[in-house]
Amino acid sequence: MRFRNILALVLVVILGFFILQAFNISPEEGQLVIDEFGEAEIENRTAKLYINKSVNSSNQKVVYAESKNLESGSANMVTSVIANYRSLDTLGEVTVLFLAATGLGAVLYSNKKKERNFIVDEGSLILKTGIKILFPLLILAGAYIFIHGHLTPGGGFQGGAVIATAFLLKFLADREYELAEHKLKIVEVIAGISFVGLGLYGLYTDGSFLSNFLETGTIGTLFSAGIIPLIYVSIGLKVGAELTSIISNLIEA
Amino acid sequence: MISFLEEWSFFGGSILLILIGLYGVITKRNLIKILIGLSLMDTGVNVLLVSLGYVENGNAPILTSIIKNNSGAFVDPIPQALVLTAIVIGVAILALGLAVTIKIYEKYGTLDISKIRGLKW
Repeated sequence: MRFRNILALVLVVILGFFILQAFNISPEEGQLVIDEFGEAEIENRTAKLYINKSVNSSNQKVVYAESKNLESGSANMVTSVIANYRSLDTLGEVTVLFLAATGLGAVLYSNKKKERNFIVDEGSLILKTGIKILFPLLILAGAYIFIHGHLTPGGGFQGGAVIATAFLLKFLADREYELAEHKLKIVEVIAGISFVGLGLYGLYTDGSFLSNFLETGTIGTLFSAGIIPLIYVSIGLKVGAELTSIISNLIEA
Repeated sequence: MISFLEEWSFFGGSILLILIGLYGVITKRNLIKILIGLSLMDTGVNVLLVSLGYVENGNAPILTSIIKNNSGAFVDPIPQALVLTAIVIGVAILALGLAVTIKIYEKYGTLDISKIRGLKW
């Protein structure tokens, strides 16, 4: 037992030494060059194109609430990467989350209704009363976060997580609370289909999957950035429904 | 000392976090603790990726009514987008791992991996 711990420690230290070596390879000898902390040169990175909102021209000026019809009209550059430039990645990511939720349901599925062999404490009065007020507000906050994903920090995944938190609090307050799973599935399926449908419509009109087929509008306004808000709304609903079903499955298990 | 911390607390600290997680995964015998180790490794990788894109005095990569144009310094948005993906995958792995853990506990009545008969050969 003791010997195994020491062996693991030695192994881990050796691995750490080799990882640290990767930061010290000089530009002349090795290929790998990692910028010093805080001195990343954005000018030389792909990110510069995304900050300039143009993949072709190198130095485009973008002004908040003035520039119109940009390549990607989202004020939040992380959003423009996730939901526009690399939205195919995001489709894959949503698929992974869907697979995990489905797999979790399949693993935990059992025919017989289990009776709990442990005593579950009732939620306190403060928790129960608080949830009644907080629940709609949390749903609203989640919806705000994913609808404004192209303007403010946040987006579909974060908003979905906030919505799932609202349902988690509901589960904590009332142990008898049961969700209608099929309603969650309906929301999830509609959101997923609308994401893929937006992509296919882009394929039909512009010839490339998930291309931005709407006007991008003025940067910084709510109705801008083309299909990015639509994609983020569908992602937000899908992630919210999936995380809620994960929580509900784990609590019932 | 302070400059050393500033320079190495993110790279060194995140690598340390990965190694602590790996040590936990190797040595611990409780399935929940192994999952905690995996989660620590996940967090370490995320911190490392985000700190690779950090620019000194850079703004968050969002245009607002205060930061009006794109000529100022911004931190790299691509690692942040990548980490957002990685966090979601981490949640998926953790949830699936916990589900399998629940099933193992139901079948064998223990979380100790050295006592689970199905893992022996």
